[in-house]
Amino acid sequence: MDPKTYKFDTLSLHAGYQPSKNAGSRQVPIYQTTSYMFDDVDHAAALFNLERGGHIYSRMSNPTVQVLEERVCALEGGTAALATASGMSAIFLTIMTLCNAGDHMVVSSQLYGGTVNLFRLTLPKFGIKTTFVKPRDTEGFKKAIQPNTKGIFGELVGNPGNELMNMPEVSNIAKEAGIPLIIDSTYQTPYLCRPFEHGADLVVHSLTKWMSGNGSSMAGILVEGGTFDWMQNDKFPSMTEPYDGYHGLSFAEEFGPTAFTMMARAEGMRDMGPCLAPQNAWNILHGLETLSLRMEKHCSNALKMVDYLSNHESVAWVSHASAPGHPDKELAEKILPKGTGSMIAFGIKGGKEAGAAFINNVKLASHLANVGDARTLVIHPASATHSQMDEATLKFAGLSHDMIRLSVGLEDFEDIVNDFEDGFRAAKKPRLVANK
Amino acid sequence: MKFKVRGIDTFASTGGRPFDKNKPLIIFVHGSGLSHMVWVLQTRYFAFRGYSVLAVDLPGHGLSSGESLKTIEEMGNWVGDVIGAVGCKEASLVGHSQGCLVTMECVAQHPEKIKTLTLMGGASAIPMNPELLKLAEESNPKAVDLMMDFAHGPAGHFGGHPVPGLYHLNVGSMIVQNKEIKDTLGVDFRACDNYKNGPEVAKKLDLPTLSILGAQDRMCRLKDGKILADYIKGSEVKIIEDCGHMMLLEEADQTLEILKKFIAEHYPLPS
Repeated sequence: MDPKTYKFDTLSLHAGYQPSKNAGSRQVPIYQTTSYMFDDVDHAAALFNLERGGHIYSRMSNPTVQVLEERVCALEGGTAALATASGMSAIFLTIMTLCNAGDHMVVSSQLYGGTVNLFRLTLPKFGIKTTFVKPRDTEGFKKAIQPNTKGIFGELVGNPGNELMNMPEVSNIAKEAGIPLIIDSTYQTPYLCRPFEHGADLVVHSLTKWMSGNGSSMAGILVEGGTFDWMQNDKFPSMTEPYDGYHGLSFAEEFGPTAFTMMARAEGMRDMGPCLAPQNAWNILHGLETLSLRMEKHCSNALKMVDYLSNHESVAWVSHASAPGHPDKELAEKILPKGTGSMIAFGIKGGKEAGAAFINNVKLASHLANVGDARTLVIHPASATHSQMDEATLKFAGLSHDMIRLSVGLEDFEDIVNDFEDGFRAAKKPRLVANK
Repeated sequence: MKFKVRGIDTFASTGGRPFDKNKPLIIFVHGSGLSHMVWVLQTRYFAFRGYSVLAVDLPGHGLSSGESLKTIEEMGNWVGDVIGAVGCKEASLVGHSQGCLVTMECVAQHPEKIKTLTLMGGASAIPMNPELLKLAEESNPKAVDLMMDFAHGPAGHFGGHPVPGLYHLNVGSMIVQNKEIKDTLGVDFRACDNYKNGPEVAKKLDLPTLSILGAQDRMCRLKDGKILADYIKGSEVKIIEDCGHMMLLEEADQTLEILKKFIAEHYPLPS
């Protein structure tokens, strides 16, 4: 006897949506509206006071966005989700729900540059301080925890250096300290890894990337695993004590495994309002329908690319957890059995100048500040995505000036290789190309 | 709020309002392995409309201490004791699934205390599938997955939770897994399987009673819910189409509307 609940590919097409409640529309409708009619005064009062479910104003929730939230939640195996205008706003909302002024976070050092800046520069303005720890330094996470630490945050596969955080072990450290582990799983998508199955408590994504795949829309999401007991200690009074904003509601008591998301929506979306536009939610939903198919091809192209780059005379080094000799290969095989994703970092011989020539001379690969598009993308992080970091921070984050970040797309592999050969040829004589 | 029943720390959600023993009391009783959290889309409404509500965690469940009670009769008696423990003399009862058996037993044992009875997804007997029972008693998480599968109707399997962003199949699953499965779900399933008094108890009930049934219920099938309602003198029956066993979450709005009307008619606020 086995449960007949729907499985991953089916959920990616159907979860969160019932045509019978939407005029029979097979495709999810775009509810392009700001607000929703109340039945009567009593109905309005009940909605505002979280006594019943429903929509009030699209800053808080929207029926199209709701489908996306439930769909991603189902794919991640979570209890609740909250979509936001971007991945960065999902992270900001998460931290602002978790922390108060005077609190502290322990954070992996290998992150998207914008996330580093959020923790390093912006959150201190709100009195939230951070200790950065290198992703492979598992013991370092433990040592960095202080009495006022409210969580551990990291990308499972760090951007852009592809170093892995040992999620199961770091999760044990977080559990011991009575704080949640928050994983940015943008690089993996739930197709490659479901962090809740490895001890994470909260997951954030930039849906702009692989989840969408079409490069058309910005979006982010916070997903709750329902695993964390907010009442186990006195570290999270905003979750456990009566909240004046809703007549003394205790989110942890009332909502249990969905408490964090309920609070992030009720307080965070109400007061900060980084809501997702329904059109963008619809675009992301389109991408999600083919998530499995795309991730398989992303991963198979990436494996071929690792092999190609590893044997190329112009390449000094390649970092991808599938690469022979990668320090995290064993861990990757354990927690990413379907593949280690399509992000590759490699060093080009000739350093920064050669890297610039390479990027200026590839034609198929797009030079831009995004990852996870269906198309192949390249960038030189030290001069773009991570350019706001000083030398010491770059080094601590594992970045070098010869590094090129590659997001392998779905094109025919031979076409990508032909394009790269043009880039490498130009990189061998950068001055000549630069003068052209 | 926390209070003591028979000397054991007991938790009940009060729907976000301070408990007031002078207001009419409604007690909500959850189903097997679950807790007060399943009632949030019903309790808050009544708590903010002049009633005192207690969505109790049965002993050993949710935030209540102690060990799970082993028989439906014991659970029914315990719910009766809750009323006195909070300083009240009477209450209306609302039960879901196993909670229907428990609340019927409570009425049978404490008829003077109970004013109305609402049964959601009920049946006069809930015999368990032997394989499911064994899995639950072995704390196998597959028992929870099977329960969530059976408990949700075809539409519920797609999602579409009334509260934006919640995926209710996983919400229910996490509520059950909050505790050791064998100590809550396992004990509850065994208690349901052993309980044989349902028809006799139902035939003796003599109070305003409402049965809310899901047309697609696979845990307590619609026909079994109707049979139970037929045993109860004057019982009202409301059927929610396209809904499984978890009507309190799957069709929370319809469930609340039906309950509101019943309570307003049979257990009104003092004028």
